Amino acid sequence: MTAQDSVTRLQERFANAILKAGEFRGENTLSIKIEALHDIAAFCRDELGFDYLLDISSLDHFGEDPRFEMVYELYSMADGVHLRLKAVVPGEDNPVAPTISDLWPTADWHEREVYDMMGIHFDGHPDLRRILMWEGYPFFPLRKDFPLEGKVSDVPEVAFTEVAPLAGGPFVTIPTDGITEVREPRARRAGDPLSTDKFLAES
Amino acid sequence: MSQPSPVAYDSKIEGNVIFTRVDAAINWMRSNSLWPMPMGLACCAIELMAASSSRYDISRFGAEVMRFSPRQSDVMIVAGTVTYKMALAVKRIWDQMPEPKWCIAMGACASSGGMYRSYAVLQGIDHLLPVDVYISGCPPRPEALLDGLMKLQKKIMGEHALEDQKRSLVDTL
Repeated sequence: MTAQDSVTRLQERFANAILKAGEFRGENTLSIKIEALHDIAAFCRDELGFDYLLDISSLDHFGEDPRFEMVYELYSMADGVHLRLKAVVPGEDNPVAPTISDLWPTADWHEREVYDMMGIHFDGHPDLRRILMWEGYPFFPLRKDFPLEGKVSDVPEVAFTEVAPLAGGPFVTIPTDGITEVREPRARRAGDPLSTDKFLAES
Repeated sequence: MSQPSPVAYDSKIEGNVIFTRVDAAINWMRSNSLWPMPMGLACCAIELMAASSSRYDISRFGAEVMRFSPRQSDVMIVAGTVTYKMALAVKRIWDQMPEPKWCIAMGACASSGGMYRSYAVLQGIDHLLPVDVYISGCPPRPEALLDGLMKLQKKIMGEHALEDQKRSLVDTL
């Protein structure tokens, strides 16, 4: 079964839940309603042969509403077909998505990582603990409003964090075929022109 | 009828007696049998392993006995990125090492956080432990580690081992 067949069958079966179907360079992406995520994922696994969950990731559209979005990458080993499911997660303060760890056991740790880094909760997850940071860490570091240099935190006897010195950074490279001196990472701020002239003039 | 003279030169003993200072003797022994605690946390640990292989042969300097128990170690080689999650574990192992003890910060990450200017990485192990030798490099080559080790040996040779660490013994003498 090709990816297009899968998309067609999903659109027939979940006409109300699928908001958009897109295709870009051979990759098929379905935007779906988060309420129907579990049903659609189960259908993909059982009926369409997507036996492998490649990855789960999350997006932070900071400043928009709804703010968070989940992305699921499915793969069918037998057919060699890839399918991407995207679903926006309502609620800025306490975003909750349904778990799919009962369908693919690998989703357990993926969802723990999303919870740890982005602060999205998973309804029905068997063991929703932080996986990279430690229990008691008060922030979600991959959210857009979390500064790159970090924030101060302290859990006595467990761990602490301090603010990292950025020394004028973040340090960014400019894609160019210029000499190393131009290419090398320098402190640049948002809004700085992407021109290399300024740095050539300095040298 | 010849009797051995009691005051003659005794070649069996004479060659085995060395006159020195206690400090010098203690420092000589310490600096030439530095047992490392390999705190390998990232890619620097690979170079640390290379340093103990036959090509670089860290055992030439008496530091080949990598002890994975802190209670048997003399020098902690912090080789790699110290994350905040790992930091207090490193500190705890350091606290378990008996005195006298030394610390080598191997590589950019252990010395200053390296390229990881971020929320997750301790910006240099010297925020937690007293560091004796910093080794630059990302990662440093085994030769650099050996150079750092020799610098540490030089430093140990200059210490007042007895006065600083056995104060009560000196007083009773």
